[in-house]
Amino acid sequence: MQVTINVNGEDHSADVEARHLLVRFLRDDLGLTGTHWGCDTSNCGTCVVLMDGEPVKSCTVLAAMAAGHKVRTVEGLEGPDGLDPVQQGFVEKHGLQCGFCTPGMMMTARALLDRNPDPSEDEIREAISGQLCRCTGYLNIVRAVQWAAQHPAAPAEAPAQNAGRAA
Amino acid sequence: MQVPAAFEYRRASSVEDALALLETLGEEARVVAGGHSLLPMMKLRLARPEYLIDINDLSDLDYLRVEGGELRVGALTRHRSLLESELVGSHFPIFHDAERVIADPPVRNRGTIGGSLCQADPSEDLSAVCAALRATLVVRGRGGTRAIPMAAFYRGPYETAVGPAEMLVEIRLPLVPHSGSAYEKVERKAGDWAVAAAGAALSLHGGRIGQAGIALAALGAATVNSVRAEQALLGQEPTEQAFAAAGRAAAQDCDPVTDGRGSAEYKRHLADELTRRALRRAADRAAVAALAAGAAGEDG
Repeated sequence: MQVTINVNGEDHSADVEARHLLVRFLRDDLGLTGTHWGCDTSNCGTCVVLMDGEPVKSCTVLAAMAAGHKVRTVEGLEGPDGLDPVQQGFVEKHGLQCGFCTPGMMMTARALLDRNPDPSEDEIREAISGQLCRCTGYLNIVRAVQWAAQHPAAPAEAPAQNAGRAA
Repeated sequence: MQVPAAFEYRRASSVEDALALLETLGEEARVVAGGHSLLPMMKLRLARPEYLIDINDLSDLDYLRVEGGELRVGALTRHRSLLESELVGSHFPIFHDAERVIADPPVRNRGTIGGSLCQADPSEDLSAVCAALRATLVVRGRGGTRAIPMAAFYRGPYETAVGPAEMLVEIRLPLVPHSGSAYEKVERKAGDWAVAAAGAALSLHGGRIGQAGIALAALGAATVNSVRAEQALLGQEPTEQAFAAAGRAAAQDCDPVTDGRGSAEYKRHLADELTRRALRRAADRAAVAALAAGAAGEDG
């Protein structure tokens, strides 16, 4: 069947089987391998992408179900002015070790900050509670999200000031 | 890589369209909403439907409203909406207790109340919540709708009263004055299925328990409501003694099995203890509701 999914702002079409999973569509058909694929059972959360702005586990969404929706992956985080504050936060606060859970963690963090620009530590921990870091580096992941909350990107219309990079 | 066996996909454009598809495609068609129960089962070949009918576009089944003395919940309402709804939390705090410990945020973004109830897993938290609250479930077929009490809806593991050409469209929860409710769950890790769980709902009239609903999850294939625990509470004052009697009755009513989550003996102990804990919190909340109603000058 023919599906068209808007991924990172661009429509992508492919002829897929009904059983084709969104994570395979992103990785195999579009070559967007930033979205990782782990447990395949909707437990580990490394495959989290944003669908219509909210985190979903792409191993448990059919490509057919995502057709007509807007999907955002880690490749869509970086803007024209550089890294998303969430990405920069992971750099600043050493938010990753092996990096396997990182794309899903960052997408969840982005969705959280879009809804709640100043989350408490508990709210951050709750937001990432559907995702596993097998390096157990949760403390620095939380710090990375806190850093991003403290260094929001400048509004698009404002002049770029390279905000917070030296923090 | 886990992939379901081949099937055909249809996207329903309306409830009528979904019902027509169910009728045309026959018994090997399944409705899918969030997909977080069905798709994992299909990957493991525990379910092998030939057709999936996607109802995610039926936004007219996604609502929460008070009507006719009931809270009416559309079947496509997501876990997240239930958790974030003040309307739900103010009338039925048991929903917020349960939703906080159902899976995790990305799963709650997709999973629906209708899907949870139709999956009819013996460990399903919302089945116990709806049983404790004495929900009525509205099932629609092309010939019309029928309302089924929760006790008759759940027919055992993975089986419900929904016919092959029908779908669950609405959950109705009666608003009971001076009532309170609570849910208590023990799990091995965050977001896991329950080792055991108990839900309690009760109303207070003149200092005594008027209505009582006690329901258990993960405590046996056939157990949802604990009728003996409910009977032990009726007409009693909401005391620790009454809650202990209800807890003992719930432990007698349940039928747990030993598995990786714990021994039958341990789970039976939990049935007792969690029933007592849920009742304490439900009674506290009912007392607050009764006080608020008294302050507002309503009849008790």
